[in-house]
Amino acid sequence: MSDVQAASSEPRWVKAALITVVLAFLGVALLAPLAVVFFEAFRQGLRVYLKAFQDPDAWAAVRLSLVAMGVAVGLNTVFGVAAAWLLARFAFRGKGLLLTLIDLPFAISPVIAGLVFVLLFGAQGWLGPWLQDHDVRIVFALPGIVLATTFVTFPFVARELLATMQTQGTEDEEAARMLGAGPWRTFFRITLPNVRYALFTGIVLCSARALGEFGAVSVVSGHIRGETNTLPLHIEILYNEYQFTAAFACASLLSLTALVALAVKAFLERRRSEQRP
Amino acid sequence: MSATPAAARQRLLPGFGLSMGLTLAHLSLIVLLPLVALGMKAAGLTWAQFWAAAASKRVLASYRLSFGTSFAAAAVNAVFGLLTAWVLTRYRFPGRKLLDAAIDLPFALPTAVAGIALTSLYGQQGWFGRALPFKVAYTPTGITVALVFIGLPFVVRTLQPILEDLGRDVEEAASSLGASRWQIIRRVIFPELGPALLTGFALAFARGMGEYGSVVFISGNMPMRTEITPLLIITKLEQYEYAQATAIAVVMLAISFALLLAINQLQRRLARRLNHV
Repeated sequence: MSDVQAASSEPRWVKAALITVVLAFLGVALLAPLAVVFFEAFRQGLRVYLKAFQDPDAWAAVRLSLVAMGVAVGLNTVFGVAAAWLLARFAFRGKGLLLTLIDLPFAISPVIAGLVFVLLFGAQGWLGPWLQDHDVRIVFALPGIVLATTFVTFPFVARELLATMQTQGTEDEEAARMLGAGPWRTFFRITLPNVRYALFTGIVLCSARALGEFGAVSVVSGHIRGETNTLPLHIEILYNEYQFTAAFACASLLSLTALVALAVKAFLERRRSEQRP
Repeated sequence: MSATPAAARQRLLPGFGLSMGLTLAHLSLIVLLPLVALGMKAAGLTWAQFWAAAASKRVLASYRLSFGTSFAAAAVNAVFGLLTAWVLTRYRFPGRKLLDAAIDLPFALPTAVAGIALTSLYGQQGWFGRALPFKVAYTPTGITVALVFIGLPFVVRTLQPILEDLGRDVEEAASSLGASRWQIIRRVIFPELGPALLTGFALAFARGMGEYGSVVFISGNMPMRTEITPLLIITKLEQYEYAQATAIAVVMLAISFALLLAINQLQRRLARRLNHV
């Protein structure tokens, strides 16, 4: 080894020591919590594990979580595409402010994200009396859960798309327009295919967060069993009632979806780096 | 032609009005209107009411706890996140790619799942709780452990692109000029990493201040001792003390906005650095 090489990388024993420290840290900090979920879930055998899913309240919670996720991801995807198009393709006044506002939900505590909807739509809230007169329930019902979930997952798709669209530039789209393609045709044939991996990544991240949202939904849900409990809230109830195996069984379901989300994200990232010249 | 080239190009690409309309509508309905409701509620309080609610003894204790544990967790993450990012970008070892994908686990795993998993690990009967000579669960240490889990990806993912971008040629140049490995790390690499490390620290800290789901299970929630600020907001809400909940939320929002501004400044500086190198 030459001196230059020696000084531009660490001695072998330093490398080995650093790798060991990092492996130990990640093992304790990240992998042990994941492992313990499955350990606790299967601790009393497969039969007890499966029994947790015979509870109709658990299925009601799964259904509610999926509905809230579906609506929130749908809304935020349409918004994300529009916002990324706007911010990546046009220059206008107030662009910096708009970017900051889009990031805002990431900076706000989920608990406050729930609180603002209670203050807006709750019985004592701003629009509360009007809603009551018209017999519309938002807080402590499905609409509130959907709104709070949409709030906390707001920036995911827009952020992923924006980063990719900014680096790609506008040449392809301009060429399509010059050759006579209409605006929608340009969008569906050129823009969307060019950013498809970023779009999928944004949707995967958004879905994972929507499915697992706890703080914001906890504030607006009202915790009515079988009605306004999402899966994470159902886990909380089971855990607080000392039904540990059932709680961890439901948690193992959410952990599996989280692992799938990570795998899909890693796969999409690889495809994206292959796509780049 | 009187139009500037930029303006001409903007006209060639369609959809400014549509994308602006969709973006503003969604942003206003989901994020801005609810925040205005919070502002209105806060504006309805007298100064004395606000002060009594936002600065009572119990609330002050919760700020101290949230601030202290978030700071400690962000500091732990700054150290181990830097090591992790370094090892993942600079060294090649079996399982590296898997480990790299696993860093995002705290983003994908629902916070409630992380919460019950950590409580089970560090509880008296848990794998770590049994082995450790001091109590972790239901103490501020336990809260810090949860916030380390939640904050780790922020530090690692902020540092990784900088470390990948930091040219080996600079290090080789320094070493050919006679610098030792330690001098290079201290004088060449560290100053380059400073802003990214600070950004990662700030992101992890901001997330910790607002975190709820992963903390409530392991914290024990004793007033004055292990009660974090977001939990206190929920407690006030459950007691229908909406004005008090609002006052505390306003203080937390002010802290979040200050952090967001600082982070934006840091990131702008980071982007400039990445473009220069």
